[in-house]
Amino acid sequence: MGRKVLLIEDEPNIIEAIRFLLTREAWEVETHSDGTDAVEVIRAGKPDLVILDVMLPGKSGMDVLRDLREVPELAKLPVLMLTARGQVRDREEAEKAGVSRFMTKPFSNQEVLMAVRDLHAQATQS
Amino acid sequence: MTSVNLLILVCIGYVALLFGVAFIADRMAARGRSTWLRSPLVYTLSLSIYCTAWTFYGAVGYAARSGLEFITIYLGPTLVMVGWWWGLRKLVRIGRSQRVTSIADLISSRYGKSTFLAICVTLLAVISITPYIALQLQSITLSFEIFFAADPGSGFSAGSSVFWVAAGLAVFAILFGTRNLDVNERHHGVVTAIALEAVVKLVALLAVGIFVVWGLSGGVSQTMARIDASEIGTWQVDAGRWTTITFLAAAAFVCLPRMFQVMVVENDDERHLRTAAWAFPTYLLLMSLFVVPIAAVGLEIMPEGSNPDLFVLTLPLSQGQDGLAMLAFLGGFSSATSMVIVAAMALSTMVSNHIVMPIWLSSRGGGASQSGDVRKVVLMSRRLTIGAIMALGYFYYHLSGGGAALAAIGLIAFAGIAQILPALVGGLFWRGATRTGALAGLVTGFVLWLYTMLLPGMGNIMSEEFLALGPFGISWLRPQALFGITGLDPMVHSVMWSMILNATVFSVASLLSFPSPLERLQGAQFVNVFDHSAGPRGWTGSVAQSEDLMIMSQRILGANEAQAFFQVEARKQGADGHLPEPTPAFLERLERELSGSVGAATAHAMIGQIVGGSSVSVEDLLAVADESAQMLEYSSQLEIKSSELSRTARQLREANDKLMQISHQKDAFLDQVSHELRTPMTSIRAFSEILRDTDGLKPSEKVRYATIINNEALRLTRLLDDLLDLSVLESGQVSLDMRSGILAEVLDHAVSSALSGEAAPLQVRRLPASENVALLSDLDRLAQVFINLISNAQKYCDAFDPVLQIDVHQRDGFLVIDFIDNGSGIAADTQALVFEKFARVSNDKAGGAGLGLAVCREIMHRLGGDVRYLEGQAGGAFRVTLPSRQSSHQPSRQTTAAK
Repeated sequence: MGRKVLLIEDEPNIIEAIRFLLTREAWEVETHSDGTDAVEVIRAGKPDLVILDVMLPGKSGMDVLRDLREVPELAKLPVLMLTARGQVRDREEAEKAGVSRFMTKPFSNQEVLMAVRDLHAQATQS
Repeated sequence: MTSVNLLILVCIGYVALLFGVAFIADRMAARGRSTWLRSPLVYTLSLSIYCTAWTFYGAVGYAARSGLEFITIYLGPTLVMVGWWWGLRKLVRIGRSQRVTSIADLISSRYGKSTFLAICVTLLAVISITPYIALQLQSITLSFEIFFAADPGSGFSAGSSVFWVAAGLAVFAILFGTRNLDVNERHHGVVTAIALEAVVKLVALLAVGIFVVWGLSGGVSQTMARIDASEIGTWQVDAGRWTTITFLAAAAFVCLPRMFQVMVVENDDERHLRTAAWAFPTYLLLMSLFVVPIAAVGLEIMPEGSNPDLFVLTLPLSQGQDGLAMLAFLGGFSSATSMVIVAAMALSTMVSNHIVMPIWLSSRGGGASQSGDVRKVVLMSRRLTIGAIMALGYFYYHLSGGGAALAAIGLIAFAGIAQILPALVGGLFWRGATRTGALAGLVTGFVLWLYTMLLPGMGNIMSEEFLALGPFGISWLRPQALFGITGLDPMVHSVMWSMILNATVFSVASLLSFPSPLERLQGAQFVNVFDHSAGPRGWTGSVAQSEDLMIMSQRILGANEAQAFFQVEARKQGADGHLPEPTPAFLERLERELSGSVGAATAHAMIGQIVGGSSVSVEDLLAVADESAQMLEYSSQLEIKSSELSRTARQLREANDKLMQISHQKDAFLDQVSHELRTPMTSIRAFSEILRDTDGLKPSEKVRYATIINNEALRLTRLLDDLLDLSVLESGQVSLDMRSGILAEVLDHAVSSALSGEAAPLQVRRLPASENVALLSDLDRLAQVFINLISNAQKYCDAFDPVLQIDVHQRDGFLVIDFIDNGSGIAADTQALVFEKFARVSNDKAGGAGLGLAVCREIMHRLGGDVRYLEGQAGGAFRVTLPSRQSSHQPSRQTTAAK
């Protein structure tokens, strides 16, 4: 299969939870916890999907997303964005920046799994 | 026979009439219905104050004593009027354009506004006029005494009457001359009253003359025969005296303060001079017409030894013509009073403007004062001056013995006042004339006049011996034979020497001295007055000037307002266009309108420049400068106001920025709170769902996930505690539990609380002796701060062997407690942030919400102290300061162990 997800998140407990969920769905889970070099890590890791937290040390998830969309090869990469801020303007901002799916913490595990499946299905169909 | 009482009653009635005329004339002038008041006729008649009691009574006496020589007194002014008309016009033009108030003002103004020169001219005038006033006193007294002598029962004595006459004239002059204070020193009322008096004296003299020629003498031919028979026809003409007296009369006509007053200051229109040039000589001719017949008939009819000075009065009386005598008396009275009023007015103006006011102003430190105040002082000084001048005249009358002929006294006054002539004429026509020259000539002439004429004329001052031999026997200094020139008539001698030396010294000193810039400016304005002042009337002009006025007004008032104003004015005048005729009334209104914007002096100067009725004088410019200064001050006040406003605006902007910032901070805070709450919830939800939904979890996994859930729940609890704490502290609703205690005990409690349950507690070093300090504070809150700081050191100190040093000392009334660890500390750029909410500097490995230091700071502020990061230490360092409130009792605790 070789499905790879890159989880960019700085909260250890949340990393552990998501890793647990996705590993059981046969995803290879790589993690990174800093915004500064996130785009480089994504380019290097070539994941099929990225789960991106908004409040990251170094560089906000919004900026990472914008920079990522500037890179041609990453323009269509499915990105699932998670935020703990949960204000309406954040969702709008994320959609403008080219997010694939936007979710507010706390999420239900089922929601995350469904989102990951959908995004992956869309990506493989097109 | 007319009783004295009736005479006095008539006098009072006559004075009341004069007052009435003056009052009505002033009222009419104020209402602007004064066209006939400003007629050339009134102007000409007002000039007749030249004819005083001396002329009225004295001319007959003069003719009786010296034949036709009296003609010279009339000849001088006639020559000036006819032959020097253009010179008078220049004088009037300058007087108007420079707004001169007196002859002293004119001389001073011409020579660079010299105050000293003004004082000299004023003193000269006062001293010269004194004999003249005495003359009027004498003539009125003599005429009164004629009636007293005829009415022995009246109880009036000749000796005291002169005093009462002086006092009466003083009161009369004060009432007339200082009723009101006019800015331009114009007195329409007085001038009109004087014109009336001129008519009265002419009619009186003519009536007496007609009575004498046709009533007494029986016709013209008989009168001529009588004249031929009398000595008058045979007296020979002394060319020296004739020339001298004609010259003196001419000079006096120009220089006398009262003549200057009516001729220049009271002049409304310089074209009046054209009428006066023939009308005034005609008046003089009429006044002199019957002088010789009255003198000749008087000499023949009146008994030997009668005073010829009083023939005008005594001839009708001797014939039982009481009514005519009364008219003659009123004529003489008019002559004397009109002269005294105007002379006193002119002199008091000079004295108050040039002597009293400068002294008064400088004695008050030169500060600007209220106008009402000044007004009072001016009026008072003028009244006192009039009183003093009359007193001087009275004393002169006494000193001179009261016996000299009227004509002799008059000539002394003429010669004195003539000393002004060189400076005056030189100033009008010679730009090279200087202040020094004017002063030197004036003083020279004045001293010589004093020495050769005035003092010898006052019999009691110079002895016969002094006159005959000279001072200390120096014969060439004899007052009436200077430099050894003898054989001349004393009057001719005095006038010759004083005038020649005056003019010479004036010219030479002028040539040798340099004029000041102001003098040069004024000199040019005086000499070339016709070059830069066009119209003969005040505000006159053509429509072309209206355009200029319009342009100027637009600049000052704004285009719309100026056009509206001009249109209204044009409609008032019934003109079709937008431009009104520049009538005086319109110009006055325009000036008022403009002065609202630019100040009165500037408005006057501006209109003056365009209309050209008067050139802009230095005083105008100074006034303009004053106004500019005021406006500058006003605009600087506006500037201050505007800077105040902009400061307020900046403060508002700053306040707004601050509000925006606070609003932004609030958003950021809510984001932070949301993040801090949602993050643990996310973990809790995720792991609880894993536990619920996942089959076949290993027991160790179950325990691990349950532990995570538990820890995150605790983290949430702590966060909520801190948030509530902070909110309570920040809202200020916290109630402090102030108790006294010992610092060491608080620290003991804090250290043990912070480090309990830690696997590898950091080492805390303390100095127990320094901690033995009494406290009055909320000890639990203080301990909370200490616990927070110790926990932070525990969490963040990155040293291999972490040590926390707690130092306590007291400084400036504050208790200072430092917490210094041996870690790497906090980077300089983030030190300021650590006290902000949720400001975790490094990755939080300890699970705090980032509110701890913010809470600490709030607590310390509540306790009246502070907590801040201490720079320049090796490791992380915090300093807590607390006001030391020493308990009254000494700390009781002895020594204690560190832990």
